[in-house]
Amino acid sequence: MKYLSILTLVPLVGALAVAFVPRSRPQLAKQLAMLVSLVVLGVAVATWLAFKTGAGAPRLQLQESYNWIPAWGAKFAFGVDGIALVMIALIALLVPLVILSGWHDAERSQRSVPAYFALLLALEGMMIGNFVATDVLMFYLFFELMLVPMYFLIGSFGSDVQPKQRQYAAVKFFLYSLVGGLFMLAAVIGLWVLGGHTFDWQTLTDAEFATNAQRWLFLGFFLAFAIKAPFFPFHTWLPDAGGAAPAGAAALLVGVMDKVGTFGILRYCLPLFPEASRWFAPWAIALSLVGIIYAALLAVGQNDLKRLVSYTSIAHFGFIGIGIFAFTIQAGSGSVLYMLNHGLATGLLFLVVGMFVARRGSTMIGDFGGAGKLVPVLAGVFFIAGMASLALPGLAPFVSEFLVLIGTFTVNKTVAVIATVGIILAAAYVLWMVQRTTQGTLNDKLRDIEPMKKDLSLREGVVVAPLIALLLVLGFYPKPVLDVINPAVQATLNGVVSPERSDPAPATTVEAGK
Amino acid sequence: MGDTISFPHLDYAALWPMLILFGAACVGVLVEAFVPKAWRNTVQLVLSLLAMGAALVMVIKRAAAGVTAANAHTASDAISIDKAGLFLQGALLVLGIVSLLLIGERTLETGGPFVAQAAITVGSEADRRQAARESGATEVYPLALFALAGMLLFVTANDLLVMFVALEVFSLPLYLLCALARRKRLLSQEAAVKYFLLGAFASAFFLFGVAMVYGFANAVDFNSIHANISTSDKPFALLLIGLAMLAIGLLFKVAAVPFHVWTPDVYQGAPTPVTAFMAACTKAAAFGGLARVLYVGFDRSNWNFTPVLGVIAVLTMLVGAVLAVTQTDLKRLLAYSSVANAGYLLVGVLGGGAAGLSSMLFYLVAYGFAIIAAFALLTLVRDADGEATHLSRWAGLGRRSPFFASVFTFLLLAFAGLPLTSGFTAKFAVFGAAIGGGQTWLVLFGVLSSIILAFPYLRVIVMMWLSEPGDTTPSVSIPGALTSAALMVGVLVTLLLGVAPSSLLDLANNAASFVR
Repeated sequence: MKYLSILTLVPLVGALAVAFVPRSRPQLAKQLAMLVSLVVLGVAVATWLAFKTGAGAPRLQLQESYNWIPAWGAKFAFGVDGIALVMIALIALLVPLVILSGWHDAERSQRSVPAYFALLLALEGMMIGNFVATDVLMFYLFFELMLVPMYFLIGSFGSDVQPKQRQYAAVKFFLYSLVGGLFMLAAVIGLWVLGGHTFDWQTLTDAEFATNAQRWLFLGFFLAFAIKAPFFPFHTWLPDAGGAAPAGAAALLVGVMDKVGTFGILRYCLPLFPEASRWFAPWAIALSLVGIIYAALLAVGQNDLKRLVSYTSIAHFGFIGIGIFAFTIQAGSGSVLYMLNHGLATGLLFLVVGMFVARRGSTMIGDFGGAGKLVPVLAGVFFIAGMASLALPGLAPFVSEFLVLIGTFTVNKTVAVIATVGIILAAAYVLWMVQRTTQGTLNDKLRDIEPMKKDLSLREGVVVAPLIALLLVLGFYPKPVLDVINPAVQATLNGVVSPERSDPAPATTVEAGK
Repeated sequence: MGDTISFPHLDYAALWPMLILFGAACVGVLVEAFVPKAWRNTVQLVLSLLAMGAALVMVIKRAAAGVTAANAHTASDAISIDKAGLFLQGALLVLGIVSLLLIGERTLETGGPFVAQAAITVGSEADRRQAARESGATEVYPLALFALAGMLLFVTANDLLVMFVALEVFSLPLYLLCALARRKRLLSQEAAVKYFLLGAFASAFFLFGVAMVYGFANAVDFNSIHANISTSDKPFALLLIGLAMLAIGLLFKVAAVPFHVWTPDVYQGAPTPVTAFMAACTKAAAFGGLARVLYVGFDRSNWNFTPVLGVIAVLTMLVGAVLAVTQTDLKRLLAYSSVANAGYLLVGVLGGGAAGLSSMLFYLVAYGFAIIAAFALLTLVRDADGEATHLSRWAGLGRRSPFFASVFTFLLLAFAGLPLTSGFTAKFAVFGAAIGGGQTWLVLFGVLSSIILAFPYLRVIVMMWLSEPGDTTPSVSIPGALTSAALMVGVLVTLLLGVAPSSLLDLANNAASFVR
């Protein structure tokens, strides 16, 4: 079975089909989009089952390859390792939920409903393309193309309150990403020239580059990924984009699309330029640490729910960053697990915030207050999402944050200790947000707003249930995911640090810690 | 007497494309004199298309027959129909055919995009009458044919004098064509005068450069110049000044900074089909000539023009991009973007070697098709006063005409260099050649310029899709068959060269050699 090409093509073809549904038949467009995303989910499950774990399983599996530009040695080459597989599973899971949660989003924006769902599906296909590519040019292709649907999702379907701000956010998002992308293009070309005119990831990994060249190439790639992730100080586009995007698109933006950045560091920066990675690691860790503290402080001060959640994500990406550059398998696996858990937790948080915003018609925290009295179940879900976001033990993010911190602690105590401050700040911004929104005395204005009286509907229940379930399950039993991740992380780090370093595999630690 | 002057051997098989075009252009002049007015447009259009098609067939036949170092030179080595020359001729003809479709469009407005009689005073009673009723001048077809024939000669000229003649042959008709717009005639005439005056200066520089080089090398053909660079005992300054002046003449034509100032005015004032023709074909011809001069005539390792041209390339990319940001008129925006694109092309040329040449050839074709399609679209967005090219008028066009707005968005993304468009593959080719040639610094500036240049493109996209349509948002006219064809060809090639560029890349790679 050609799982990976099917995974990439189905949403893209589906997007095309949905785009051609006439505007007058929005219902058909929604159903078709839903169907396509469920098919993708099905294929993703099949892919997961077909992926072999355990001793002797190769790192890149389910490989396919098709010629694209023979003159340059570029191919459409597919293949996944554990890290990519986990991310693909996350995408395949989130997109149907986003479609379901945004069932009425597009109508509110008075734009074409088929276009909205077509863009979502196109985005899904392109995001998957990033993770299945084993050809550097193909990766670059999807890395850049993915901007286009997200740009229109933010610009055309974003919050209706301030169209100027929406335009601003969309353009800022596009330009920031394009800046990174173009520097990466220069690095890709450099890699291609120095690597002997090939884009094959495996071949390039085996190639040796001179120290100086390596560092420049690393910078080109890292800049693109640091903007995408985003790391401090390249993060300023995210609160704008996250604040202006429709809730569903924001969930995908922060939940998955940004992970392409951290994934890119793991897949390209570390294996291709190991020496440069070691050389730049202190800087990357420093940026991550600043990001954890700085973004958390800014999150505390936000009055806008969506912007607040965006800032929390920047802080979380800081944790992923130190986990990656600590170069221990515990921390690395923790980072990858964090990428998944953060997608689930922040995805859930964005979707729930979207439900609140849809009812109230405002994203400002000050417009809520005591909402729990009107919509107790929704407020409860909001609380769970918040707790997941601050990494409460028993919920999935705790495991990953814990792994990152102990993995870092074994090699660099100072960094781990400073990062721990981020946990305290996380408690501050999450608890305060929950308190100001849903607890306390009821804001009188809320009483007059009809939609605020409707609690979690069945449709919304279906959206949040799988995410909450996964957060709980992975909070207690992350082993199935860790089994998939560990070999890939191990292989990634083998090239960077000498294998002799003592480094316990994380799965056992977690079981003991539990 | 008889044995002192011998008639040079002419390889007619190699010269056919040019002979056909020149011949057809002369016939076109006769058509103007003898064919009844009502028929002229049709006859001229068919004649021009047939001539270009026949010339293209001849180019293909010649290429299929095989080009070797032995059979490349003809006419006493004054003309060199080598592989790169043939590729450029083919590209010029294909791009010429597509832009001729735009020139031939007559359904978008009464009488077409050209004025009936350019000599009538602007604003006079007669002018109003002709603007409303009379069909446009059909002299544009022979003029375009002459220009194209000149370009074909220009890219294959093997000595500086022939090159100069060719330069004039293709420039003079272009000056005239610029002045023939039906609407905004003063702007059009101003553009023509500006282009003519500056172009005349540039030609003078070129000619003076030829004289200097002759003073140094005692010859005007590239082989002798090349041979004499290392052996001549004349002051080296002669050669340097000569090459600098030649470069000024050529860089003026490619619109490189600081010789670009005419570009926005001329692109804006000229009738849009002519702008498309110039943006695609003049650029290709000028770069073909520039590359031949540098690669064939002056390519000697004992001295090096790369740093100077490198600085010009950087300036061209940056100035073009920065000034594009400030534009509010789409034609001027595309003009500055074409300046920046000249910079990218220079980066490819400076990459050197076969890779540099092939990347340049590929880029010229890719860019030509995209820019023709973009200008074709500009001719469609119009109101009662003709084309509405001011950026603010395009607000909300995406709601009014989603199809055309999507097409234009695609073209803008191609200019911005997004993957799966020809813009990306072309940029990759030139930047790859430059890094391979050790000119990484040029690529870094190229990247910087691309980033800046993305902003104006994005602004147009924002205008079309994210802004509300205003009262003055014009409608998109239904294109006639000719414009539709040009637009479709341009867009499809832009897509094709982005998705599957292999065949053209191979073609360009095979063609990337000059014969000295």
